[in-house]
Amino acid sequence: MSIEVKHISKTFGDFTALNDVSLRVNDGELVALLGPSGSGKTTLLRIIAGLETPDPRADSAILFHDSSVSGQPVGKRQVGFVFQHYALFRHMSVFENIAFGLRVRPRRERLAKSEIQDRVHHLLKLIQLDAFGNRYPSQLSGGQRQRVALARALAVEPKVLLLDEPFGALDAKVRQGLRAWLRRLHDEIHLTSVLVTHDQEEALEVADRVVVMNQARIEQVGTPEEVFHRPASEFVIEFLGQVNIFHSRVRNGSARLGEMTFDCPSYPHPQERPATIYMRPHELDIKRQQNGVPSLEAEVVRVNPAGSIAKISLVTRDGHEVQVDLSLERLQELNLGEGETVFLYPKKARVFVPHYVI
Amino acid sequence: MSSGVTNTTAHTALTARGLPAKRLRLATEEPDWVRWSLIAISIGFLTLFLLVPLLAVFAEALRKGLGPYFASFADPTALSAIRLTLLTAGIAVPANLVFGLAAAWAIAKFEFFGKSILITLIDLPFAISPVISGLIYVLLFGMRGWLGPWLSGHNVQIIFAVPGLVLATVFVTFPFVARELIPLMQEQGTEEEQAAAVLGASGWQILWRVTLPNVKWALLYGVILCNARAMGEFGAVSVVSGHIRGKTNTIPLHVEILYNEYNFVAAFAVASLLALLAIVTLAAKNVVESRIRRELQQTLEPSTAEA
Amino acid sequence: MNPISKNRRSPKQYSVLPGFGLTMGYTLLYLGLIVLIPLAALFLKSSQLGWDDFLKAVGNPRVVASYKLTFGASFIAATVNAIFGFIVAWTLVRYQFPGKRLLDAMVDLPFALPTAVSGIALTAIYSENGWIGQYLEPLGIHAAFSPLGITIALTFIGLPFVVRTLQPAIEDLQRENEEAAASLGASRLQAMLRVILPAVMPALLTGFALSFARALGEYGSVVFISGNMPMRTEITSLLIISKLEQYDVAGATAIAVVMLLASFALLLAVNLLQWWSGQRYRGVA
Repeated sequence: MSIEVKHISKTFGDFTALNDVSLRVNDGELVALLGPSGSGKTTLLRIIAGLETPDPRADSAILFHDSSVSGQPVGKRQVGFVFQHYALFRHMSVFENIAFGLRVRPRRERLAKSEIQDRVHHLLKLIQLDAFGNRYPSQLSGGQRQRVALARALAVEPKVLLLDEPFGALDAKVRQGLRAWLRRLHDEIHLTSVLVTHDQEEALEVADRVVVMNQARIEQVGTPEEVFHRPASEFVIEFLGQVNIFHSRVRNGSARLGEMTFDCPSYPHPQERPATIYMRPHELDIKRQQNGVPSLEAEVVRVNPAGSIAKISLVTRDGHEVQVDLSLERLQELNLGEGETVFLYPKKARVFVPHYVI
Repeated sequence: MSSGVTNTTAHTALTARGLPAKRLRLATEEPDWVRWSLIAISIGFLTLFLLVPLLAVFAEALRKGLGPYFASFADPTALSAIRLTLLTAGIAVPANLVFGLAAAWAIAKFEFFGKSILITLIDLPFAISPVISGLIYVLLFGMRGWLGPWLSGHNVQIIFAVPGLVLATVFVTFPFVARELIPLMQEQGTEEEQAAAVLGASGWQILWRVTLPNVKWALLYGVILCNARAMGEFGAVSVVSGHIRGKTNTIPLHVEILYNEYNFVAAFAVASLLALLAIVTLAAKNVVESRIRRELQQTLEPSTAEA
Repeated sequence: MNPISKNRRSPKQYSVLPGFGLTMGYTLLYLGLIVLIPLAALFLKSSQLGWDDFLKAVGNPRVVASYKLTFGASFIAATVNAIFGFIVAWTLVRYQFPGKRLLDAMVDLPFALPTAVSGIALTAIYSENGWIGQYLEPLGIHAAFSPLGITIALTFIGLPFVVRTLQPAIEDLQRENEEAAASLGASRLQAMLRVILPAVMPALLTGFALSFARALGEYGSVVFISGNMPMRTEITSLLIISKLEQYDVAGATAIAVVMLLASFALLLAVNLLQWWSGQRYRGVA
């Protein structure tokens, strides 16, 4: 079932959580809402679920499968909601937690006892906790609790699945495993899903599409590849991964940084303006010698080869810190020592002129 | 929370397009009619059970006007009851304050075997009915009690005399200061005291300059409650007093005597003094409680920043 | 975990601070003199009584009638308090309305108001000509000088225990749990009965038991409204006092021991309850 929200705004007192946000999630898609805390991502998810109501606006709408659910309370929307802190019922066993949604149905819609049992056992198998039905939440690990929370949400056969920072409270190792498991699960059941996260790695790894949010607005919507490699705004490039930032000036379609020039066709005007140049650490190469092509002179401050790539910290002549990632082979080739002077060659760069985007 | 603009019929008020006329009721809210009914029940119940009795005290006291009201206090036996109450509280409160501080210091700042048993024992007087609290002193010091014959041989009277009243009052107010201080001081830990000790402060200096400023509001809270109970205690002092008019009557006992003599106006007039004390106590309690909350928050802040 | 909390287990870390001997010694001495020795006297005295005399003292019909009355009225009062206390606590935590702070402060009135004062005030209200009694009398309901009056007084005295125990428990409820229940299709009533009530049940039972225990030993607020008729409206506390006034110290002691054991048993139950719920629910956010 597709989800569509149109012109949604939400304010809490003086704080604007969402400012005229519209978004469409296609049937069977897994979309991640990614952004820093306070960007409005959780509020948007809660509004979709019906746990929060948007500010009244004539043109706003929440549509499931193209029909409005604005007037429906959360219990009628047939959404599965997974909370960051699990929100398991601690006085109920795992089995009772998962069965809860089936047992509270009105009598005429309720399944027979045996059917409820079958479905819960099936879900317990799905979350790989077959033997844990009689345990209480306090006897489970964080990862197990979150799987139970997911099974509980799935038990009522929701039309959409909404996950609010589902792995946020778990440690890194468990999070990694659950992430992969969630993606496999989604590939199996193809339930339209929206996942809120502030962890860019999680969003890029799990989602079909990523919605980057900042300050109550959507900055960019795209596949993980698009948002990472073709960021639509300065915020997106800064939020997704490490980046080197250089301040320069732009005019007549090109920006200057030292002797180097960068194309900036979006700003063809003759009057000079400030611009920002972004280069990711892996988009810079280091050479020991100048080769005629303009480059940036810098001194090596620190070499850290502990990892799958080497991280080099440098400082340019004017005191600007730069990070460069090199493959370990390349590092060996260069044989860099701390304190040496080298030359930086950008392989790729993005120039942003305020209000002008390449 | 929210402004309270909810729609009780939200389930059915489904409009085909756009938003419903009013906003949806949140998942954590009750329908309006439930909410207002519960508020009405609460106000009604508390008014009937708490406010009406309180008002009745003043209404009965002023039934015959201000003249007889104030005349009730001019009576010498009333004055001596007030004096005795002040004396009892004047001994019981400081005694339990010193004890509370000592106990809290030992329990909160040190580790030892049997700590939780000690805390339970300190709380014990709360679990004992006032009448029994009085009875145990009668058993100990009364004429037929363990020490009674020896005491009367030495011309010391405790039961049916002022010392008995003081002892019974100390007993029933025993835990008040300690139980406010112990949890707070445990929460605050010993870091600051250790720092002071490392900087060369003596034990008294640590207590006076580090510990007490950190717990002053909880201490005051305990003293307020202790004092209210000390001045108002009835059952325990009733057992040990022997009702010797003008000699061993505290205010509550004086109220009882007046009431039993059908001198209602005077009984309620004197009782209104205690009711005023209760109102002052409640007001002070509210002010101090918010201070304690702040004290506790200040304690907790650094640890949450660490986590 | 920070280093301080680890060190809590090792007493050596604490010896930096002075005064343990002094404060501990004083604490034990004072506790012993004021509380433990007098209490021991109670048990010693009753043990001197001999088993047969003890049973005769505590099994006398008038005494048994007072137990029935005291336990029965206390139980009803604690039940009333559990029901209305829950509503009051819920209202005070979850709703906003004018006068809420005043109402919240007023809950402690029974703690602050001396029992003798509440006793005569309640009697004045519920007697034939009283504010409320005058409306009950034509209906054939005699509130003052009847078990009903005793129950009213015990309800008054026990209310704060339930409200003050429940308030923090309701504040600690995870809103997410209620949202989860709603998202799974539960109605608000179902969420209330299946999610909220079980979560606050340990606190509710604790408040009930505390209110019950307080009512068992109550004297001042009851003695005026009860009328003190033997076999009918005589509560156990009053019986202890009248035994004392008749110089039957042994009989008074025996009855006191029974009441004391009952309230200790209740408090033990409260502690077990708290320990149990702490065990079961530990660590679940």
